[in-house]
Amino acid sequence: MAGTRTDRDLQALRLVGTFLRVGVQNELQYRTNVLFSLLQSGVAVGTSLAVLALVFSHTDSLGGWSGDELLVVMGVHVLMGGVIRSVIQPNMQQLMDDVRQGTLDFVLTKPADGQLLVSARRFEVWQVVDVLVGAALVVVAVVRLDRPVGPLAVAGFLVALLLGVVVIYSFWLLLTVLAFWIVRVDALVELFDGMYQAGRWPVSVYPGWLRFGFTFLVPLAFAITVPAEALTGRASGWLLLGAAAFTAALFAVTRFAWRVGLRHYSGASA
Amino acid sequence: MTAAPQTRERRRLRGLPGFYAVVMRTAVQSQFQYRTANYLYMLGMIAEPVVYLVVWSAVADAQGGAVEGITAGEFAAYYIVWTLVRNMNVVFTPYGWEQRIRQGELSGQLLLPVHPLHYDLAYFAGWKFVVILLWIPIAAVLTLVFSPVFDVTALELLVFVLAIWGAYLIRSLLLEALGMITFWTTRVSALYQLWFTAELLLSGRLLPLALLPGWAQTVAAWSPFPSTFGFPIEALVGNLSTGQLWAGIGVQLIWIGVGTLLATGVFRLGVRRYGAVGN
Repeated sequence: MAGTRTDRDLQALRLVGTFLRVGVQNELQYRTNVLFSLLQSGVAVGTSLAVLALVFSHTDSLGGWSGDELLVVMGVHVLMGGVIRSVIQPNMQQLMDDVRQGTLDFVLTKPADGQLLVSARRFEVWQVVDVLVGAALVVVAVVRLDRPVGPLAVAGFLVALLLGVVVIYSFWLLLTVLAFWIVRVDALVELFDGMYQAGRWPVSVYPGWLRFGFTFLVPLAFAITVPAEALTGRASGWLLLGAAAFTAALFAVTRFAWRVGLRHYSGASA
Repeated sequence: MTAAPQTRERRRLRGLPGFYAVVMRTAVQSQFQYRTANYLYMLGMIAEPVVYLVVWSAVADAQGGAVEGITAGEFAAYYIVWTLVRNMNVVFTPYGWEQRIRQGELSGQLLLPVHPLHYDLAYFAGWKFVVILLWIPIAAVLTLVFSPVFDVTALELLVFVLAIWGAYLIRSLLLEALGMITFWTTRVSALYQLWFTAELLLSGRLLPLALLPGWAQTVAAWSPFPSTFGFPIEALVGNLSTGQLWAGIGVQLIWIGVGTLLATGVFRLGVRRYGAVGN
């Protein structure tokens, strides 16, 4: 019996690996889609750059950020958008469908952690293009910054980025778990998509009440602004520590909401 | 004599105006049933102009109060009127044509003695009345929060009311024509995306057209996009002269003509290639 904790963790990792492989194989059937992803990515990044150029043709700094520093923010925005569209959103939409149609039964009867299973079932590999394009934007921006970026800043950036992914994942799952109570949550997804566009700019640009909203209600600050702040030397160790605490708290709340939501789930043809 | 009102009712509903009256009334009634969904959708739309407004207000602050002569209060007025014009811009989407053609839904519409365009135009026009009603409280809240500067004359208001319907017609006709490309190929999403990107940058949706570089303003002036977005807003909140106001309406009329020719022309060519599929 695989009873010990490490055994179970190993098994979970293997499971995620398998899901990833199956997801990639599934998507590799549709190879022309990579062209569409590239074009989509190109148009989106082109638009972002045009917007940035337009704004900075009228000013030298926005809320204390220079053009190249804002390029870092946009890079993180594109990168995080790629993570959302490749892993988080497909899985959460599948979960909503399953709750609505009662097919979540098939997941819950499997001998592994339910939350892990619903979070790793789908992987849209072509959307990873956005992750690469976003990373490239960040690199270009860092090269253009006329000051050296130390290894400590890079390490802080990577940690903040990882925390950001967990925050966005937890937030999405929290929204999706609402599906256990209100069956139609599609409109909320639309709303999130609209809000996510606001993350293109650092939250410090927004007036107080909006900044609060984009920090704690829709945590764009932790997902996008904090990593960019870490890389541009704006983030102190305390800020990163705070981000870690917020991430842990949000993850715990989400885990709790998932458990409570499951109890509300009544299964197929109920 | 008792039958007279009934006859009059029947006569009123005959012909194309009668068709429009019925479809628009149906749209108002059915969309009022989905007022919550309509409202959530409209609320989701607010994030976009609020972001633009905040960014340009920040730029205006950094530049000592105004960008190209536009103050924060004027930006607020621009983007609040924006929310109404954006809603007038919601028309039958080109993706809808893809579904109509691929799934054979068009077959039923072809049997009617009215051009399919009329149904779309009438239905969405009716829907607009619901949208305008729902928009009023949103505009009131935005006005309280962002304190816009309005200076509106009666003529500007009149031209604005005409111009938002002109914008609705132009965008409807052009997107119908674009959507009908699905008669020839179903892989059109890339084309749509390029169109929507050009529209975003050149229409006045992203930013007031005066903030574009000179060459881009020239490109925009020759495109239909400002007529559908920037012009109606500028008519109300800008300082256009009487001549400029009527000239803008004239340009809209030209684009309505072009759009009508395109939409009916593409339909006539395309429908020959249409083979019904489905059950």
